Amino acid sequence: MAHNSPYLTKASSVQSVMLRVVLALIPGIVAYVWFFGPAVLIQLGLASFTAIAAEALVLKLRKRPIWRFVSDGSALVTAWLIALSFPPLGPWWLIVVGTLVAIIVAKHLYGGLGQNPFNPAMVAFALMIVAYPLLMSRWPNVATSINFQQACELIFGASTMDAITSATPLDTLRTALHGADASTTIQTVLAKTPRLGHGWDWIAGGYLLGGLYLLQQRIITWHLPTAFLLSMALLAGVSNQLDPAHFNGVAFELLSGGTLLAAFFIVTDPVSSCTTPRGKLIFAAGVGLMTWVIRHFGGYPDGIAFAVLLMNVAAPLIDMYTQPPVFGQKSDMKPKHD
Amino acid sequence: MTTPLRSLFDFNGGVKPDYHKDASTRLSIGVLSAPTEVPTELVIPLHQSIGGTPRPIVAVGEQVKKGQRIGDADGDVSSAVHASTSGTVSAIEMRRMPHPSGLSSLCVVLETDGRDEWIACQAFDHKLATPQEIRDYLRDCGVVGLGGAVFPTHLKLNADRQGGIETLIINGAECEPYITCDDMLMRERANDIVRGVVLMREILGAKQVRIGIEDNKPEAIAAMQVAVGDCGDDLQVVVVPTRYPAGGAKQLIRVITGIEVPHGKRSIDYDVQCFNVATALAIYEAIGLGRPLISRIVTVAGNVDAPRNFDVLIGTPIKKIIAACSPLPDTNRLIMGGPMMGVEMPGDEVPVVKATNCILLGSNKIFPPPAPEMPCIRCGECALACPADLQPLELYWFSRAKIFGKAQEYHLFDCIECGCCSYVCPSNIPLVDYYRFAKSEIWAREKEKSLADEARDRFEFRQFRDVRDEQEKSARLAARAAAAAAAKQLATTDTVAIPNTEASTEANEKAALIAAAIARAREQQVTATPQNMQQLSAEQLAEISAIEARRAEIREQAKPHLPPDA
Repeated sequence: MAHNSPYLTKASSVQSVMLRVVLALIPGIVAYVWFFGPAVLIQLGLASFTAIAAEALVLKLRKRPIWRFVSDGSALVTAWLIALSFPPLGPWWLIVVGTLVAIIVAKHLYGGLGQNPFNPAMVAFALMIVAYPLLMSRWPNVATSINFQQACELIFGASTMDAITSATPLDTLRTALHGADASTTIQTVLAKTPRLGHGWDWIAGGYLLGGLYLLQQRIITWHLPTAFLLSMALLAGVSNQLDPAHFNGVAFELLSGGTLLAAFFIVTDPVSSCTTPRGKLIFAAGVGLMTWVIRHFGGYPDGIAFAVLLMNVAAPLIDMYTQPPVFGQKSDMKPKHD
Repeated sequence: MTTPLRSLFDFNGGVKPDYHKDASTRLSIGVLSAPTEVPTELVIPLHQSIGGTPRPIVAVGEQVKKGQRIGDADGDVSSAVHASTSGTVSAIEMRRMPHPSGLSSLCVVLETDGRDEWIACQAFDHKLATPQEIRDYLRDCGVVGLGGAVFPTHLKLNADRQGGIETLIINGAECEPYITCDDMLMRERANDIVRGVVLMREILGAKQVRIGIEDNKPEAIAAMQVAVGDCGDDLQVVVVPTRYPAGGAKQLIRVITGIEVPHGKRSIDYDVQCFNVATALAIYEAIGLGRPLISRIVTVAGNVDAPRNFDVLIGTPIKKIIAACSPLPDTNRLIMGGPMMGVEMPGDEVPVVKATNCILLGSNKIFPPPAPEMPCIRCGECALACPADLQPLELYWFSRAKIFGKAQEYHLFDCIECGCCSYVCPSNIPLVDYYRFAKSEIWAREKEKSLADEARDRFEFRQFRDVRDEQEKSARLAARAAAAAAAKQLATTDTVAIPNTEASTEANEKAALIAAAIARAREQQVTATPQNMQQLSAEQLAEISAIEARRAEIREQAKPHLPPDA
């Protein structure tokens, strides 16, 4: 095709966008390793390797330029998001299968980069938590330090782990609150485990840092994270005021689970979310609402994956109805002489 | 003087590329002087403005003087052309145009005599002239918008508006990278520009005048401020932030007045009129000095050793001015205009025309070939960069999928093709090419549709006529038979021939029904007339006809290779 104007282009590429997203995940990962040990690094490695191998394989089958697309970094971003949302002590095949589903089914069967209606990492998470709910809750206990060798043994199946795994704070709470003892309240749970949620707040802080970097780099806009966090905070705040015994406060709701990871890295996936400014606000607020509903009334400890997938379905429609007015049609400016 | 204004307005989007404007502003505006530089042959295209092609009024072999009119405006939406120097008309023939397609157009070829002899020039007293006389005079002086759109200026300088207009905006923003012709013109001829602005103000009766200049041209701003201070009129120099495309007329009007002129409307509907600084100078030369438009400032920049601006006679082959700037050997493309919206030239022999603001030489180093196109990841950078507030990514999906109806719903025709979306796209998608493709497809289909509508009308009328003739014939026969029968009956009894009258009323009713159906079809056809073709500006119509011509040419070329029935 002939090269027409514009002849100038800004030095930016899909690759540089993706690599900056990967870079932005690092503060959160550092905090993760600090509190939960190096197990997550093994999962990151497994997911990355699987994602890139699967990507290359499918590209070959689809007769697409392999290097151009493998090097775009999008598979790596998906892999890292999977690794960070999967339990760090899950068996090796769990994350491998999850990643294969994400890359092959959720991404390439829909047409590859840019064509997937659903967030691939969230498809993987949703599928695996439905299929293996028990394995998907193998989180290390913050108090127990697990070194690299132990982590390897646990992940690759040479050892059992009942003693050292524990549920996530969200899981702990909901199991307790929905348990047989109807008198259990958040306060009684917290009295038993005063350090519930410890460590998660630092990880959340790491993701926040990365998110601010993405905002500064103009890779994401403020709309999605803000609307998502605000809707979660609003719901948590109101429900906590009404029934403090059974609903978490704002801080706990925002700092636990994958809330901050979702706010800056998952809800902000450009391909599967909305693109218009108003659409972004509606989309992210919807994700926040559904996450909160699933967390408190649904059957799963965290609802982000399902919330994101549900809103992904609605994204094209939301975009269609939120097209911003074009130049000259914003105000009710009327021509003086018509 | 520049009194501090009420705050400026902002337009959304835009980009800040590297401007590369310094190199070509180090030297003053040059003229081709050495004997080797002065062209011996000028090729002056007759069609140099939006609108009708002027008719040649000289004959081959005729002697002409500098400034002599050689082409008469064809109607009101057209503009005259003139001999740029004295010499002999050596041919009136088709020559290649400075257009990416290499389209040919009728040109007056002038063999120069080196004497550069002017016609007798006489200033024009616009104060004594009627508005119509001013318009005709400017049309015959060939004054057109020199910012690049070449819209005939006389159509915009309308003097018979009651009470004048609110704001006259003079565009010295010059936002495209590399181009510095307006910058240098303002530095060197600020007084003449201001004289032109004052003339325009008088003609338009403008209440306020704003001269908008981007803040990356401090020398031009200073020169214009001095000239404005000297002129005694209350013009205002407005320094606008540098951001491409702040020099687009609609963007500049928005920045200075806050008014957004939507697609399909003219700025005059909002009591604003906008002209380029070089156009103001041309007005001064036409009215104040009696000189028609025969030259313009052209920037030569890019892959040359000595970038510079030149005052160039219209019709000069671009290779002459390129040669004066020592082009570098790895030059691989010639662009007319800037790097954002410019068009590639088919060769270096094409002439400088009134629209030529810049000749930009490209190489793989300056303008690297685009990286391979990646899929759209809907990152939304294009929407942030779009000065028309469109959603380029949606337009891209629809254009690519040839869903043209949807593309129009998403305001495809509001796109000004400024190139900001392509510039920022991380996937290197040539977005503007997709929009150009979609627009030309839509135009072609609408044209086809209106042809088909005409054919259908003809067919339906023929059917109607056949039926009508048939009925008239049978009605005639029936009437005759009835008359005969009646005569027969009259001869025998006095009974009236009822059945026959019934038959003829029936025929009448049928004819009425058919006539009503035809009227309905007409009505439908009127409402179904393509809307995009109706609202087009003269500029776009010209573009369409250029595209059509190109299509026809390609079809002609392709004929030998096509099966006979294609």
